[in-house]
Amino acid sequence: MAKYTPTELLAYIAASTLEDGKSVFVGTGLPMIAAMLAQRTFAPNLLIIFEAGGIGPKPPVLPISVGDSRTFYRAVCASSMHDVMSQAQSGYIDYGFLGAAMIDKYGNINTTVIGDWEKPKVRLPGSGGANDIGSFCFRTVIIMKQEKDKFVDRLNFITTPGYIDGPNGRKKAGLSEGGPYRVITQLGVYDFDEETKRLRLLSIHPGVSIEDIKNNSSMEIIIPSKVEVSKEPDEKSLNVLREIDPNGFVIGKK
Amino acid sequence: MDIIEEGKGKLVGWCDPDEHREWVRKNKSRALVDKRMSVKDAVSKFIKDGDFIASGGFGHVRVSMAIVYEIIRQKKRNLIMAGKTAVHDIDLLVASGCVNEVEVAYSFGHELRGLSPASRRKVQSGECKVVAEITNAAYQWRFLAGMMGIPFIPARNMMGTDTFKKSSAKMVKCPFSGKNIVLIPSANPDVVFIHVHRADKYGNSQIEGIIVEDFELARSAKRLIITCEEIVDEEVIREKPYHTTIPFYFVDAVVEVKYGSHPGNMPYRYYFDEEHIKMWLDMSKTDDGVEKYLDKYVYGVSDFSEYLKLIGGEEKMKKLSDIEKLNFREE
Repeated sequence: MAKYTPTELLAYIAASTLEDGKSVFVGTGLPMIAAMLAQRTFAPNLLIIFEAGGIGPKPPVLPISVGDSRTFYRAVCASSMHDVMSQAQSGYIDYGFLGAAMIDKYGNINTTVIGDWEKPKVRLPGSGGANDIGSFCFRTVIIMKQEKDKFVDRLNFITTPGYIDGPNGRKKAGLSEGGPYRVITQLGVYDFDEETKRLRLLSIHPGVSIEDIKNNSSMEIIIPSKVEVSKEPDEKSLNVLREIDPNGFVIGKK
Repeated sequence: MDIIEEGKGKLVGWCDPDEHREWVRKNKSRALVDKRMSVKDAVSKFIKDGDFIASGGFGHVRVSMAIVYEIIRQKKRNLIMAGKTAVHDIDLLVASGCVNEVEVAYSFGHELRGLSPASRRKVQSGECKVVAEITNAAYQWRFLAGMMGIPFIPARNMMGTDTFKKSSAKMVKCPFSGKNIVLIPSANPDVVFIHVHRADKYGNSQIEGIIVEDFELARSAKRLIITCEEIVDEEVIREKPYHTTIPFYFVDAVVEVKYGSHPGNMPYRYYFDEEHIKMWLDMSKTDDGVEKYLDKYVYGVSDFSEYLKLIGGEEKMKKLSDIEKLNFREE
């Protein structure tokens, strides 16, 4: 098995949640890398869309910003935010990637503030396009760091909707069908229980134990009796990843 | 329509549509007149203390930095800024004390490069106040409603979240579907500044690449300052009118500022100056560093051309242009 870094594993797993012939809303960092990896391996017809207006690009290397010129490199259309956000609202976007500072058991996320909103302990950038992606995309994939104070039972601030307060939560709120599909962390991959809409362990990364999963969470995670080990990246995918991010901007310098 | 729930955020930049019509009638000339002026004059003439301002482009991409620096140099105060994926522009304007209220979709971060030390410090100390939360889609829809001359626009985001609770939007039962729907208030910013690839002296402006929300922003603004890489003859515009994003009568000032998005990216022209951005991010870790940066790059120069010399002049811009162009090399 090829040697890989933890971030390369995350990018590989994130890429493998996507499907060929579908569309994906992409943000900065790891999501961009994952979508580019999928496009260059098993999903050549993955339609990548950037919220600033880039539609269907073939980025030569990793864009640094969601709006930089590489996000519409050899694209089919250089459009506008109104256009792509409307497309998302009217159902054209299948997948959406999200980052998160904190998540709760129903997949709601916080990227706005730690502490009190009026008197913040740490002010974070806010929703950006995250709330839109979480409201409009059919399936969102959340990539984040898992720690005790990031995997919480309840959030002090919900920036972006997951399943809100459980089954039927989105519908009650007025949101359309959609919601979190996978959560990917440095320890494992999670999906959501069909009945309760609560976070459920799907696979653990090589070398990680169930104890590690529990010790790095302050919410109760559903842990099925049989949990698989996450699939590791192959040689080809690793080469592509290093091609996409030669300077190690996201993957990390070696 | 009964209101089900109201966001508690402060409503900024909203204007009654009839008042806005009246303002447009009185103040927006439809005459084809030469609007060229200096950055200094454009800022002193059109930006007042306390104005609600918005900047075009996206993040560090196609941002009118010459205007941002001049606002700081002229020590404008109590500005309210639209934090619509505002990155380097808002970081500097908050750090320098010009902006002290922000409606936030995305602010106080530099995307992949990390968070903004200076503006976060100002928010955490209470010197700069976040008056409302919003999302990227909702913000540009505020401008869409503003340009349409309607008081609000319905949308299906934000529901079920604290982003809505801290927004200035309202939730009602949709009279058609019977489902909950959010009404996003329109916005007509006092001043908008946008950097474009080319404009003629009247303000007809063409953008290459994504237009982000500049189509809506330009049309919703009360005053619009255009900076451009080059001023071209009217004939150049008329030859390819399908490339014009902003026709002249929305524009109040036209300023030629070559490399005017530095240290940001100008699609097809030059890429980010990562060295310069990193220097700012390092220096802005302390208030002292912020002072030093502003003293050298803003207060210490009289205009953008002097600033360009400081950052490495044509030679530096040639390098950034090479990086940008390499990206567009055929594979």
